[in-house]
Amino acid sequence: MPNILSKLVWVVIALVGASAIGGIALHRGEQINALWFIAAAVCTYLIGYRFYSAWICAKVLVLDETRATPAERFNNGRDFIPTNKWVAFGHHFAAIAGPGPLIGPTLAMQFGYLPGTLWILAGSVLGGCVQDMVTMFCSVRRDGRSLGQMARDELGPVGGWAALIGSLMIIVILIAVLGLVIVKAMKHSPWATATVLGTIPVAMLIGIYMRGIRPGRVLEGSLIGISLLLVCVWGGGYINGSESLRGMFDWDDMTCAWFVMIYGFAAAALPVWLLLAPRDYLSTFLKLGVVFMLAAAILIWAPMVKMPALTQFVDGTGPIFKGTLFPFVFITIACGAISGFHSLVSSGTTPKLLANEKEIRMIGYGSMALESFVAIMAVIAATVMEPGIYFAINSPPGVVGKEAADAVAMITSWGFPVTVDQMAALAKGMGEDTLFGRVGGAPSLAVGMATIFSNTFGGQLLDMWYHFAIMFEVLFILTTLDAGTRVGRFMLQDLIKHVSPALGNVSSYPATVISSAIFVGAWGYFLVQGVKDPLGGVNILWPLFGISNQLLAGIALTVATGIIIKMGKVRYAWVTGLPLTWLAIVCTSAAIEKVFSSNPAVGFLAGANKLAADLAAGTLAPAKAAGAPSLILAQRIDAALALLFAAILWIVIADMLRMARRYLKGQSVQPLSESPHVATQLA
Amino acid sequence: MRDDLKKLWDFMREVTGDDAYERYLTRHRETHPEVPPLTEKEFFASEQDRKWSGINRCC
Repeated sequence: MPNILSKLVWVVIALVGASAIGGIALHRGEQINALWFIAAAVCTYLIGYRFYSAWICAKVLVLDETRATPAERFNNGRDFIPTNKWVAFGHHFAAIAGPGPLIGPTLAMQFGYLPGTLWILAGSVLGGCVQDMVTMFCSVRRDGRSLGQMARDELGPVGGWAALIGSLMIIVILIAVLGLVIVKAMKHSPWATATVLGTIPVAMLIGIYMRGIRPGRVLEGSLIGISLLLVCVWGGGYINGSESLRGMFDWDDMTCAWFVMIYGFAAAALPVWLLLAPRDYLSTFLKLGVVFMLAAAILIWAPMVKMPALTQFVDGTGPIFKGTLFPFVFITIACGAISGFHSLVSSGTTPKLLANEKEIRMIGYGSMALESFVAIMAVIAATVMEPGIYFAINSPPGVVGKEAADAVAMITSWGFPVTVDQMAALAKGMGEDTLFGRVGGAPSLAVGMATIFSNTFGGQLLDMWYHFAIMFEVLFILTTLDAGTRVGRFMLQDLIKHVSPALGNVSSYPATVISSAIFVGAWGYFLVQGVKDPLGGVNILWPLFGISNQLLAGIALTVATGIIIKMGKVRYAWVTGLPLTWLAIVCTSAAIEKVFSSNPAVGFLAGANKLAADLAAGTLAPAKAAGAPSLILAQRIDAALALLFAAILWIVIADMLRMARRYLKGQSVQPLSESPHVATQLA
Repeated sequence: MRDDLKKLWDFMREVTGDDAYERYLTRHRETHPEVPPLTEKEFFASEQDRKWSGINRCC
């Protein structure tokens, strides 16, 4: 009887999910309630988790609960330590949850809500969750080794090098684009700038507290820190209201960019306990708190989604970034559906915590489903505002014009009505001078979140909620920036040590400073390029980031496919092979478009050539002409980078196919590097 | 109710790493009681260095 009941429950979940997705997909004209999105998402994840992940674990991976995990075998009480599965889930989710799934879906809403939503759901249950889970499985069976080591062991040196270069490049581009998002949120916003600056001494204070005053008291330190952060939001408002103080914090975008670079360098060169570690505690608490609060607020308020299902910009003429629906919706959503970066946490870090193999399913597949749900909430936050307002905030002045009147006229002419008064009232409500041309996704996400929070919790304090949301996003991004710069510096030193052992020495302080400066210089170059770009920088950097992220996912899926084939399960190789094929198609077409498109707003080479031709013809304004040569060079470097990404992916795939062919013909290949079965002693 | 709250509190301490030193001491006594353990300050400092030497944050 309970069996029938459980079947009935799953039939109901399937029906609700199917009708919610059908409702979202077929709905035209009228507004649609955001709860349909929540229902569609939750049912999709439940079905994916209950059936697909269970099937993969039972048939393909064959999880073995009698097998001792690396945490048990190498238990050292430190990094290898069998951990309660919910604690491990918490650590893993905190590690994979980043700003990408908030920003990417916000930008992708220029195509309308439908394409992005469908890809977030399908891409995660069939691709992203599978990648995270299978990579984790491979690493658990290999003593918790990293993706790079597994690529070397299973495919050979080519795969190993590709994974190393791929991870290093993704970090450079990732930090540059995230830095750009912060710059665009802070520029000419004294409130936001003052709040962000205030978070630095708060983090240091908590660092000193947790190090010297009450060592290791993470919970109380973090609670004190969060209260101080709220004071910073209020203090930023006070400074914004004071005529004499606000000028000091009214920075242009180049000043903000220099601030981000100096900050990144300082965070990498200072000891971790002072700035990096305490900031991470604060941002992790804030991140989890805000995610749950946002979910609760959406459920309570049940807002209407005002964006149409599809916009005319599927043809590639969108104002936020140029490029057609295929492949750019997939490249833009990136980590909301499949995130290559997760494979670096799913191998190497989390596998050392698992007490039992069977937990791979919940922690690997489950936490990516939750992360994808965060992306769905970003979709809702971007679409509950009037589409005209969404476009007015996110369209760069280089596309819609510098004057407010020109911008609203153009956006209204697209069929998304918005007025200057409406935007002025909104900016005033949010405590800003203007919200026009605030590209990068963070400000529009903050407007959406502030609207949702304010409407749910009493309809007051819109400006406080807005700057709380900005503070949350910036804190979150600065944590990724700190941690990324530090990891990037280690990777760089690992490469440099083959050439100069002195510079590669991670425990030498001068070497630390020099290699940190080199690494900050690398991402700073792309950041400055993005700030100078007349089309707002997002158009150049976000696709490059998306391609590099999906490239890393491609490498992880290739390694996993190779391992599945060598396990003698070639008939199940499609489980990772299918998402891999799709990513290879998407990545390659996007790279080709970004390099070779004849449209100067899409193709890097056409963009560089057009700028060069304008410069030669003398038609550029003097200010623009001065910056043109560096922008021309930068676009050519971007083109080379995009081609390099696509080439790396194909080299790794070819290497895996060569190995698979030899294996299937019965010829010798690198043996499966799985460690032998040891029976678990844990109850 | 009280037990549940206690469980929740213990979970919060474990997931944030608030009780890491207590766990370290317990394990230390079980495995090599003859070696003097690190002080709380030393332990926390070395844990932070270890934690931030690898990739533990994503985009």
